[in-house]
Amino acid sequence: MQAITREVLTAKAAALLSDGTVDRVLGWKKGEFGYDVTPGVFIDAQQIEKDFEWGDFCAPNLSKYLLAETKKTGAKVLVFLKPCDTYSFNQLLTEHRFDREKVYVVGIPCEGMLSENLIKAKAEGIASVTDNGDTVTIATLYDGDITVPRNELLPDRCINCKSKKHVAYDELLGDEGEVIDSARFDEVERIEKMTPDERFEFWQGELSRCIRCNACRDVCPACTCEKCVFDNPKSGIESKAPSDSFEEKMFHIIRAFHVAGRCTDCGECSRVCPQNIPLHLLNRKFIKDFDDLYGEYQAGEEVGSRAPLVNFDFDDAEPAEAMERGEGDA
Amino acid sequence: MRKIAITKLNDLFAAIAAQQSLYLPVDTAAGAKFEQWSDGVQLSDALNTVRSPKDFFFPQSEDLMKFKTEGKKIEIIDIRDEHEDFVIFGVRACDVRAFAVLDNVFLSDPVDTYYKNRRDHGVIMSMACNKPVETCFCGTFDIDAADPEGDIVCHKTDDALYLDAKTDKGAALLESLSAITEDCDNSAVEAQKSLIKERLSKLPLATLTKDAFGEDKTQKYFDAPEWKELSEACLGCGTCTFVCPTCQCYDIRDLDNGREVLRYRCWDSCMYSEFTKMSAGQPRLTQVERFRQRFMHKLVYYPERYGGLFSCVGCGRCLAKCPIRMNIVKVMKKLGGND
Repeated sequence: MQAITREVLTAKAAALLSDGTVDRVLGWKKGEFGYDVTPGVFIDAQQIEKDFEWGDFCAPNLSKYLLAETKKTGAKVLVFLKPCDTYSFNQLLTEHRFDREKVYVVGIPCEGMLSENLIKAKAEGIASVTDNGDTVTIATLYDGDITVPRNELLPDRCINCKSKKHVAYDELLGDEGEVIDSARFDEVERIEKMTPDERFEFWQGELSRCIRCNACRDVCPACTCEKCVFDNPKSGIESKAPSDSFEEKMFHIIRAFHVAGRCTDCGECSRVCPQNIPLHLLNRKFIKDFDDLYGEYQAGEEVGSRAPLVNFDFDDAEPAEAMERGEGDA
Repeated sequence: MRKIAITKLNDLFAAIAAQQSLYLPVDTAAGAKFEQWSDGVQLSDALNTVRSPKDFFFPQSEDLMKFKTEGKKIEIIDIRDEHEDFVIFGVRACDVRAFAVLDNVFLSDPVDTYYKNRRDHGVIMSMACNKPVETCFCGTFDIDAADPEGDIVCHKTDDALYLDAKTDKGAALLESLSAITEDCDNSAVEAQKSLIKERLSKLPLATLTKDAFGEDKTQKYFDAPEWKELSEACLGCGTCTFVCPTCQCYDIRDLDNGREVLRYRCWDSCMYSEFTKMSAGQPRLTQVERFRQRFMHKLVYYPERYGGLFSCVGCGRCLAKCPIRMNIVKVMKKLGGND
């Protein structure tokens, strides 16, 4: 269950709209079934009262929408950000992707967002989902009510939440949390321990499901190129289709390289994948390697911080160290 | 009508697979998908596959022909294979109707011979939906999940599978299975149909209608102010179009390796910035126009062109898979004034 209620957020949004602090609000709109929430822009209190949603399914990270929304207005945009969203926000500012002066950030605490996929794996035909705190009750169309521990419905990114602390806000609703020493690299370690053949087979199995919908790229707050090289016919590598059953490794691995050092590990890529490919594991591998080779670094923790790959330090790992690690794996 | 005991399903699959390739939905960690049956493969109970069965007739990527050039001479190499006969088992009512939607496009003049080749060789064994879910709305488009179309229509009860041939192709296949199936009346199937119909009537989207859409509605909706709000959060990804059983747009590309040229086609998406790019540029400049194109095509342009048939079949895949959970139901409710 979320620590603050929808009413606290709608009252805040209405107040900031009416006193002229902002002229638009980036939030979430309710859907047909309770769980199908859509990001949306609100411009008046009436619309907020009718459609604004806050709860266990407000997973979409709104920070990337600021690129478009800040360009549409001369005034400020109010955006509600959960702790992990604020890391993306800072990273976008580090990359000068929008004007900080045009944003009013309201930080909101998050108790983890429920996964629609995990709910649907437990129940066939969902009438409603009720969060009781430690448990969640799923009312089903055919099998009555099913009550399960809330933890079982949290996706990996929330089970292994890296921070309940907001690293950016103008105003905070509710209590501030702490950075968490999570177990988010455990799965990466498990894959590192595989033999090269096993690891190849693992990724081949996962990535061969890719349908090249580009949802992972399009939702990614680190992917903000105005024209992606994979969409550009002049690039020579534009591709609308996989050329063989494992061609997608190139798209995903190139993308992982491109966001290396900039990925905050928000996990949106894995959330949106229609084929349930655990794409965040590629990015976490990079993050873990940076931590090991250059000391701990969290993208988005501070605006303006220099990622290991774009910084020089006399203590930096020598290229040979990375090479040796590669040989050790092989 | 024929029937076979549920405990003998594997015998049925083996008997079909002995004649031709058999594909059916199986469970995987990432959801149900169509796979070729071999001994030991279990039929999934999932309502629907993540990817639609349109792949069987209109694959995501397909090689069309090759060219070889020597000086000024161009040799065209036909690389098409005549497709072998195959059976798809367990296709849901929505997905069967989707084949009719694709047929209109690919089988009308000029006939797409690549598509027709596959279509001619496929037999569809459909399956009624015992437990439709909240994202289902096939009824909106006059599709009956209790009584699907198909070459052979199947109903599954707790103890038996009932098979009813509806076409010559289906009758021939069912005839070949007469040694392991037995004749029966339709009372069990009728009872099952009533149960399903009652369940369909209670679904949350059961009251959604298509009445506000269809032929002659281009003027009414093309410049509707609602498109802007509906499309504002759209990421411009291709998920909705690629999981859709009726989306049929493709691009044709040449892969030139210096020695020969491979001409292939692949799915394209009206949501993409490079879709239908011409020398003058992309005719749909922003996501508002691209988003509008997809829904106008499903709800207005297609029915206008093909005698009132809609090109949405209410399978609900886009409802479940859109990264921002925007979808055709929300569009219909907003534009149709039932928001």
